Amino acid sequence: MATTTAEAKPQASGSSSGFLKNNLREYGLLMSLVAIMVFFQVMTDGTLFQPLNLTNLILQNSYIIVMALGMLLVIVAGHIDLSVGSVSGFVGAVAAVLMVQYNMNFVLATLICLALGGVIGAAQGYWVAFYKIPAFIVTLAGMLVFKGLALAVLQGSSVGPFPEAFQLLSTGFIPDPFSGENLRIMSLIAGLLMAAVLLFSKIRGRADRVKHGMDNEPTVFFIVKNLVFAGMIAAFSYLLSSYKGLPNVLIVMLLLMLVYDFVTSKTTLGRRIYALGGNEKAARLSGINTERLTFYTFINMGVLSALAGLIFAARLNTATPKAGLGFELDVIAACFIGGASASGGVGKVLGAVIGAFIMGVMNNGMSIMGIGIDYQQVIKGLVLLAAVCVDVYNKNK
Amino acid sequence: MADTILEMRGIKKSFHGVKALSDVNLTVQAGQIHAIVGENGAGKSTLMKVLSGVYPHGDYEGAISFLGQECHFKGISDSEEKGIIIIHQELALVPLLSIAENIFLGNEQAHRGVIDWTSSFLKTQELLKKVSLKESPSTLITNLGVGKQQLIEIAKALSKEVKLLILDEPTASLNETDSDALLELLLELRRQGIACILISHKLNEISKVADAITVLRDGATVASLDCRAEAISEDRIIKHMVGREMADRYPKRTPNIGETVFEVKNWRVHHQEHADREVIKGVNLHVNRGEIVGIAGLMGAGRTELAMSIFGRTYGQGISGQVLIHGKEVDTGTVQKAIDVGLAYVTEDRKGYGLVLDETIAWNTTLANLKAVSSNSVIDEGREFKVAEDFRRKLNIRSPDVFARTVNLSGGNQQKVVLSKWLFSNPEVLILDEPTRGIDVGAKYEIYTIIAQLASEGKCVLMISSEMPELLGMCDRICVLNEGAFVAEFSAAEASQEKIMRSIVTSGVN
Repeated sequence: MATTTAEAKPQASGSSSGFLKNNLREYGLLMSLVAIMVFFQVMTDGTLFQPLNLTNLILQNSYIIVMALGMLLVIVAGHIDLSVGSVSGFVGAVAAVLMVQYNMNFVLATLICLALGGVIGAAQGYWVAFYKIPAFIVTLAGMLVFKGLALAVLQGSSVGPFPEAFQLLSTGFIPDPFSGENLRIMSLIAGLLMAAVLLFSKIRGRADRVKHGMDNEPTVFFIVKNLVFAGMIAAFSYLLSSYKGLPNVLIVMLLLMLVYDFVTSKTTLGRRIYALGGNEKAARLSGINTERLTFYTFINMGVLSALAGLIFAARLNTATPKAGLGFELDVIAACFIGGASASGGVGKVLGAVIGAFIMGVMNNGMSIMGIGIDYQQVIKGLVLLAAVCVDVYNKNK
Repeated sequence: MADTILEMRGIKKSFHGVKALSDVNLTVQAGQIHAIVGENGAGKSTLMKVLSGVYPHGDYEGAISFLGQECHFKGISDSEEKGIIIIHQELALVPLLSIAENIFLGNEQAHRGVIDWTSSFLKTQELLKKVSLKESPSTLITNLGVGKQQLIEIAKALSKEVKLLILDEPTASLNETDSDALLELLLELRRQGIACILISHKLNEISKVADAITVLRDGATVASLDCRAEAISEDRIIKHMVGREMADRYPKRTPNIGETVFEVKNWRVHHQEHADREVIKGVNLHVNRGEIVGIAGLMGAGRTELAMSIFGRTYGQGISGQVLIHGKEVDTGTVQKAIDVGLAYVTEDRKGYGLVLDETIAWNTTLANLKAVSSNSVIDEGREFKVAEDFRRKLNIRSPDVFARTVNLSGGNQQKVVLSKWLFSNPEVLILDEPTRGIDVGAKYEIYTIIAQLASEGKCVLMISSEMPELLGMCDRICVLNEGAFVAEFSAAEASQEKIMRSIVTSGVN
């Protein structure tokens, strides 16, 4: 009979081996990150997890993660954006000119820069969405254009330093009213609070799903996964607190992560983006305005590129013509390592973030180990290929 | 007595357990134009794919002998080598290459990989003369009309020393002059001794050129007629084409038909790419409350184009005409607007246009009406689950739960998910395009029951189908669409397969 493969393998809800099989991707990714961290922790004789290094790790990868959030949406919608590196460099340059050369207030300058990012995203998304020009080409053009404009704005030289208030975006830490000498109490409390809130919301969400009879994650898995997760957050915040506390940029990053995770998994907007990438024709015939949605994802990407540009500029404390060079590759790689599909419709925010951290930890760990920049790139390239191969293999199985 | 050039005996072929050809015999004499006729899905195209080696030897049962030799074709190149060349309905020319390049594509006039353009051009000129086409060999295909492209295909076949030429619906997209020119060419080729198999729906053309006719029905040869021995009437062909018993395959229903709800007036649509070609030519249509109206027609008649152009203008350009609901003109300019006024369109291509296959049943069920399961744009997964679970029970979707990915479901269950999606958008008018295509018999009955249920709830159903028995079994009224216009309308009582087929095949003549 032609009736169905789904019938053939009835999946008892709660069967843990069946569940693991279906969700291997998600757990596999997290386990890979943990494995890579442990590996480098051992190989670097414990340097990786030293509070100073951990703080640097976050600061070094924050702008990649911010852009990965936007890139994930673009990739899920079935497109790609190659211009993000150039755009972030250009926006950083504009910020420097406004703040350093025109002495503009840093809040106003930041807002102008974010708006500029939106306009740039719109200018590129317009051609992709309404004229159906492949995003690869449009953003390749954008990559050249904004790289050139960044050079023009800076007139070939570096501009800096930025006002101190603006630098705090990247180099500041959340204040500590308890003035702990060896331990930033405030940061620790914030970290523990975060872990508790996460645990609580997960438990509530699960209770809600169980009530409707729609949860099939085995209890053991649920408990172990979330305890490990909450434990990791608590441990990291303890480590960070023993140095200078939680960096400001980490808070920005976490907030954005929460917002984007919520939007992609819980809202109609997110749902529609997945439908657009999964089957554009079906999405259109279901009443989704696919063109406008594509347009919006590019505007969003532009704004996040601008934010990343600001973070990067604030971290270096100067805007240089070379800023943003090659960022797009790391950002795109993060999304694909995180399980996004090049053909659209598949990918998770958390996946992209973990993907970015995998890249970041490898960069950091290999540098500490003294591996040259040459072989670092070779290894990163192979990891990207391997991750995508595993995905394709799992899908065809 | 002519020699037999091709003999196919007892051809059987099935796809995943579904029989496409159950017992086909075909004998073609040398220098003969042999017509093959049959309804959509009778197995004509499958038979030609068996003959041309698209389905390699061993993939089917039965024997093929060509020019007295048993043939075991492993691919198209094998059959082409023997001189059997097929020209498909969708032409296989590369639009941005020249005529000469297309004619010798894959068969380049070359020495050690270097193309000899002079020889290509001279040979092309010769071939063009044979098909009486006055074009330069360097003209790009894209600058030619469909009729001329068809002739290029034939010229290409002639370049390969064709002995048996197979044409699949060659005149389907041609106007009358081009059709006549093509038929004239076939007669000319016959004089040169080239045999030809002509697949066509147009009986008037067949009676003009064919020497013999084979009628296929449900994957079997039901008649082999010799036109030279006696005159064959169109009636006789039609009877053979449709002569099938109507079994009790449809649910009983007592129609309860109310006032007119849905009306389309003077609907005109131009082709998506070719703005000068009108595909829907002033169609008028109405559906009453609780009524099931069928649209019959052959492939390419414009049925899907009609439905999609009404539903949010998702097909075509230069669309004009009115859509009325309860007598009031409504705007169906975008899909969202069409949904808002109570329309739903269940596509004929559920994998391509209906489902996001990677996603779950629940996810697909709510896609067209996310508003109903969300508040302030935040999706309430509990409500979504309940909605999907309701539909899964009601429509009897066979899956462990609503979190099964739709790609793993059978055709019938996928179709039920698409139906769920549109039922959840709570439409007043449902347009069902080939609702039972590629579904096994048991699931078909279930779909029919759902359709009957919808009508009894007072919904308007517009049902497009290529399967005439299905239309006769389900509909209260059947409109026949041919070449973009309605050519006949029958009530359930007066409709029959013969009448529908006759209205189609004779409409081109007058």
